[in-house]
Amino acid sequence: MSLESDIFVFVLATFLGLEVIRRVSPLLHTPLMSLTNAISAISVVGAIVIAGQHYAPDQPFATVAKFLGIVAVTAAFSNVVGGYLITDRMLKLFKKREDKK
Amino acid sequence: MTPATFVTAGHNLLSSTLESTPLLAQAEAGGPRGFVSFAYLVAAACFILALKWLSAPKTARNGVRIGELGMLLAIVGTLISHEIVTYNWIFVALLLGAAIGVPLAVFMPMTAVPQRTAISHAFGSIAAAFVGSAHYLLNTPHIERFEMATLILEMLLGFLTFTGSLMAFGKLQEVLPTRPIVYKNQNIINLSLLALAAVIGVILVFIPGATFLFPFFIVLSLLFGVLLIIPIGGADMPTVIALLNSYTGLAAALMGFVLKNKMLIVAGALDGSSGLILSVIMCKAMNRSFTNILFGAFGAVTEKAKSKDVYEGRVKSCNADDVAMLLDNARRVVVVPGYGMAVSQAQFAVRDLANLLESKGIDVEFAIHPVAGRMPGHMNVLLAEAGIPYDKLHEMDEINPTFEQTDVVIVIGANDVVNPAAKTDPTCPIAGMPILEVDKAHTVVVIKRSLSPGFAGIPNPLFAADNTLMFFGDGQKAIRDLINAVKES
Repeated sequence: MSLESDIFVFVLATFLGLEVIRRVSPLLHTPLMSLTNAISAISVVGAIVIAGQHYAPDQPFATVAKFLGIVAVTAAFSNVVGGYLITDRMLKLFKKREDKK
Repeated sequence: MTPATFVTAGHNLLSSTLESTPLLAQAEAGGPRGFVSFAYLVAAACFILALKWLSAPKTARNGVRIGELGMLLAIVGTLISHEIVTYNWIFVALLLGAAIGVPLAVFMPMTAVPQRTAISHAFGSIAAAFVGSAHYLLNTPHIERFEMATLILEMLLGFLTFTGSLMAFGKLQEVLPTRPIVYKNQNIINLSLLALAAVIGVILVFIPGATFLFPFFIVLSLLFGVLLIIPIGGADMPTVIALLNSYTGLAAALMGFVLKNKMLIVAGALDGSSGLILSVIMCKAMNRSFTNILFGAFGAVTEKAKSKDVYEGRVKSCNADDVAMLLDNARRVVVVPGYGMAVSQAQFAVRDLANLLESKGIDVEFAIHPVAGRMPGHMNVLLAEAGIPYDKLHEMDEINPTFEQTDVVIVIGANDVVNPAAKTDPTCPIAGMPILEVDKAHTVVVIKRSLSPGFAGIPNPLFAADNTLMFFGDGQKAIRDLINAVKES
């Protein structure tokens, strides 16, 4: 059941994404890319679980997994922080004619 | 049952899928389930709103805010779920991530945004690949077939996008040659590598305990990523970056399937569809297919033979004073920027020129081709950075009908996107590519270092047209000279 509803969600989200993103002006395609990049860095939550969950003492590969998780948290979180910051920095640059000094 | 799942098994008694219940689902079962699920749901809604608000410059910054809110909710929700037992390393990693991410965002010059984007795709994809790998190692050999197939796909996309993005970064930063790197039987070798990786992947799906095969799978995926991108030329980077963007999103969505986390699926699907739309737009703007871009090694050969026939005796060169005189009598001027403007950092000089002309009552507009620059929307960001109001930046379809009423077009650092051969010569490599029809303007001034061909490697008949003047020189210096000449006239 869970798998079916997951596929359901995926298909709907893809269609929704296509509809919403089609409306984004080409003017903002660069910030769009950096924003979606930041959003998909939400994979940081998966990495956090790997890095911070309980490991039984005899769990094979526990150290490797934990290490991979920590690296993944670092990589993903750098996208979270950097992605939002640079998107906002870029969007601040876009000004309308009237705003000009 | 693996030891890891044993720990939280008590919470899973209600579930019939004990062995395959993934880690994050356990987190929810073991933690304050209601709150975490609710936080994830709100976060997913925030992400959708973020993209919706990004559609117009007016609301775009609110989109960033709500995206940040969603992210905050999701991360805090995960951190307080009962399953997280050790925090030390998580906080070290979060701090380290912030220490990498902040300078990459704050100090990055706008001309280098394509490189930064490539690097962030590399980070995003390696995170997905590593989470997938850890999940595999922790749960092997007790992994259901569908879950394993999803994992394999997540890791394949993650690893190949990682090295692919690094190669794209290398090309954009020009530490790697921007021309396609080609070798004999390239496509056959590359596709065999992919096939080999796929075969190992399929074996792992059926025998998840075959951990000795896992390193081979990783190496092949990484290698394929390298080989996929090195034959692609610099000017195809807008499509490649969009495609890698799509892969990163897809890898995140696949991670969502593995971890049974719908928020991840939604976020990944949004990123995936965004990358897909952008790459389709880029392909259409070049009248080329995905396969042609990925496997065509476009721009590898330069045709020198024809350039003499096109240019000889027809090219008229001019200096700043000639152009100033033209501008003096003009009422409408359109500037067409290309990657060359970014290279010579001429956007600020271009702004000064535009302001000067406007102070003389001349209408100045900008025409942006979808593939101008090295990533989608690159030129818009550069011109916005220089302080040019965004309502002066026009898309191709919008500005093409107005060229006939334009007195002077100034082309700076663009070549293939204004090449009329795309319309007139069905045999040329860019045949059918939609172009900015600057040749219809009264006069065209092309600022360029030399007559060297653009990325497509073909001569541009525009440079030899009767109404075209070539203004040879570095973009920024040429514009500065032009500003002085206009001031003096």
